[in-house]
Amino acid sequence: MAWDRNQMAARAAQELEDGMYVNLGIGIPTLVANYVGDKDITLQSENGMLGMGPFPIEGDEDADLINAGKQTITELDRTAYFDSAESFAMIRGGKIAAAILGAMEVAENGDLANWMIPGKLVKGMGGAMDLVAGVGRVIVVMDHANKHGESKLLKECTLPLTGKGVVDRIITNFGVLDVVEGGLKIVEVADGVTEDELRAATEATIVN
Amino acid sequence: MQKVFANATEALDGLLEDGMLIAAGGFGLCGIPELLLDAIKAAGTKDLTFASNNAGVDDFGIGILLQTKQVKKMMSSYVGENAEFMRQYLSGELELEFNPQGTLAERMRAGGAGIPGFYTQTGVGTVIAEGKDVKSWNGKDYILEEGIFADLSIVKAWKADETGNAIFRKTARNFNVPAAKCGKVCVLEVEEIVPTGSLDPDAIHLPGIYVNRIIQGDHEKRIEQRTTRPREEA
Repeated sequence: MAWDRNQMAARAAQELEDGMYVNLGIGIPTLVANYVGDKDITLQSENGMLGMGPFPIEGDEDADLINAGKQTITELDRTAYFDSAESFAMIRGGKIAAAILGAMEVAENGDLANWMIPGKLVKGMGGAMDLVAGVGRVIVVMDHANKHGESKLLKECTLPLTGKGVVDRIITNFGVLDVVEGGLKIVEVADGVTEDELRAATEATIVN
Repeated sequence: MQKVFANATEALDGLLEDGMLIAAGGFGLCGIPELLLDAIKAAGTKDLTFASNNAGVDDFGIGILLQTKQVKKMMSSYVGENAEFMRQYLSGELELEFNPQGTLAERMRAGGAGIPGFYTQTGVGTVIAEGKDVKSWNGKDYILEEGIFADLSIVKAWKADETGNAIFRKTARNFNVPAAKCGKVCVLEVEEIVPTGSLDPDAIHLPGIYVNRIIQGDHEKRIEQRTTRPREEA
């Protein structure tokens, strides 16, 4: 019955190719790192690091070594450090091949909303707006429906946007869809889901 | 050229004024100028505007200046870790200008490089673009963002020599470099001041020209989210 969080992350990992520099968002996107297998992927952390390693062994935490989620991490042989202006220069300059991010809503024209809900606590966009505007390819990983069972793939976003027309591919628990001219195109249907179920669960226009 | 001062209070002497704009380095609690923030709290300077990626937590970082109501406005990209911040913001006591993180970093870098504005795709079609000039190149829209010219920069490095040449450690470099460059005056705190000539000139991250005053001191270096894996996994 549909994909779970780990299966979605594993499917997202298939999007990555040897040699890519990639930025992973918080939540399910973070799990993608567990499924890259033998592929030579370098992870960027936008607070100023290329070549992000796993969490440290207990006792080895270093206050000077954190990821963009402020979690303690480790470095690798290939690691390079730099300042925040340099970090976003490589993002804005299109050097990062892909970003894999979570979302609250995606519209059929590729609009993305993932940073604020009016009336709720506003924490800020962090680096999300820079990433979606700058990286080569934006891949969204999210649940197909919200907790009320309503589609998060919409004709138009209702929430304030993170970026306009920025999403390339959406991976949900129901399957994989691409943003194309006129709407979303089904690329793949998740195990245990039929194409009709996927269509029925989607508010956005699906084109053939 | 005497740049080394005895402590944070002396290093800030004559530099603090109510209502000033301060650019501060750090990301979360990583690499923040904790000694200088303590000294600003003690000085009681008011109505401050901070250009800083985050606002600290309730009892550390810029959070300590929120508790004493010394901050009028924050220019930040993410402020989610601070309950007192939210209380003051929601009650209208505190102004908040959200900046996308890369835009904030580039606004500091640009200010330090004498560039008053630049165009970026970041934020096009979002609330960030409201009221900003839009220009198109090759069919793509870009919005105008302004350089930040701060009255004062407060930053933290790992080591510096007596002329202010500084090196940072790991991801504690973050906003410290662009923040250092965009102020009229820059005060740097370090874990260790080393003799001039002992740092490799090829390895300097921040040349001393950007640094006016330097202090050395003990740092708490608090960890915001301690994440680990068990030893047996290694």
